[in-house]
Amino acid sequence: MCTVCGCAEGEARIEGSTLHSHDHHSPESHETNHHYGHGPAHAHAPGMSQTRMVQIEQDILGKNQEYANANRTRFSDHGIFALNLVSSPGSGKTTLLTRTLTELRDELPLAVIEGDQETSNDAERIRETGVPALQINTGKGCHLDAHQIGHAVDSLDPPDASVLFIENVGNLVCPAAFDLGEAAKVAILSVTEGEDKPLKYPDMFHAADIVLLNKIDLLPHLDFNLEACLTYTRRIKPGIQILQVSAKTGEGMADWYHWIQATRAARLVGHPHSQSSSACR
Amino acid sequence: MHEMSLCEGILQILQDNAKTQNYTRVHRVRVEVGQFATIEKDALHFCFEVVCRNTLAEGAALDICTAAANTWCMACGKAVVIEDRFSPCPDCGSYQLQTDGGDDIRIKDLEVN
Repeated sequence: MCTVCGCAEGEARIEGSTLHSHDHHSPESHETNHHYGHGPAHAHAPGMSQTRMVQIEQDILGKNQEYANANRTRFSDHGIFALNLVSSPGSGKTTLLTRTLTELRDELPLAVIEGDQETSNDAERIRETGVPALQINTGKGCHLDAHQIGHAVDSLDPPDASVLFIENVGNLVCPAAFDLGEAAKVAILSVTEGEDKPLKYPDMFHAADIVLLNKIDLLPHLDFNLEACLTYTRRIKPGIQILQVSAKTGEGMADWYHWIQATRAARLVGHPHSQSSSACR
Repeated sequence: MHEMSLCEGILQILQDNAKTQNYTRVHRVRVEVGQFATIEKDALHFCFEVVCRNTLAEGAALDICTAAANTWCMACGKAVVIEDRFSPCPDCGSYQLQTDGGDDIRIKDLEVN
């Protein structure tokens, strides 16, 4: 497994290639690269045979954070508005995404990074919309990490000022802990999942910046308690925006598009890629 | 979950610091885990022992201490302590709480020679 991020070494693949090997923790590569802690010639200091305390104060997720910060800087430099889409499997994430792409592709430059454990089915579904997409297969990994996203962005090369959708692995636990450098985490919850899901998976809903409540066209057929769901979500994250949508019928999707347009525009204020900056003379 | 990779992250930090801090053996590692960090302590202990085999930290003890999050109750206008993300304010019962931190996973210090 990769020490940076938890992707299993040799398992994670970016479509068309294998992630470069993570040299940082194999013993062999330490011999050639780092020489840390291997034998007295490198690490022994005279008079240091007694045990002693060493202050470290180091963040264990710090490596992922470094990659995430690099991604964030890169997105910012190019005016790219990156969204990290998180949900459980089967919430309708890919259907929601394909509809979004179809309805926004004439207005905004778009690109997609797809994360799944296996197969490139989702990236193929996305490419059918005409939007460039790249699949990352995490192999045994349970989440995307910032390092994989950096490489995927190298390959995909999203256009300047585009909206980059990153569809994370369907999992409401691990992706909460791994910043990818995105502008916002979008949690997608479907009404078929039960209204108490935000309480069952509080970390994800706390990390989210906006929640899309999907499949609301099914509400008449379910015992889903909508008010309770909204209350539970706001218990975890007071003040969070919750949009009720149906990716199937299109209901509420206009609100989601407005949110994308408005949030993206706000982040581009004063940016060289801002359309409004050229209009304001 | 990802405790195994977190332990590999710990081991890498131990290896990276071995040279700068002049040590060859690690006997004890003290880790501070935020109360809301997405981590299972039992799993972390189990994985740490496995990951450290045949390394400079083989057999090292792992002490895990919990760091409380700073929580602010907007209704009371004061700092409070809550057990879970979904708990109400213990004083007034409000859910309008703002938490700060509590999700870090940090190595505090090491016992080495």
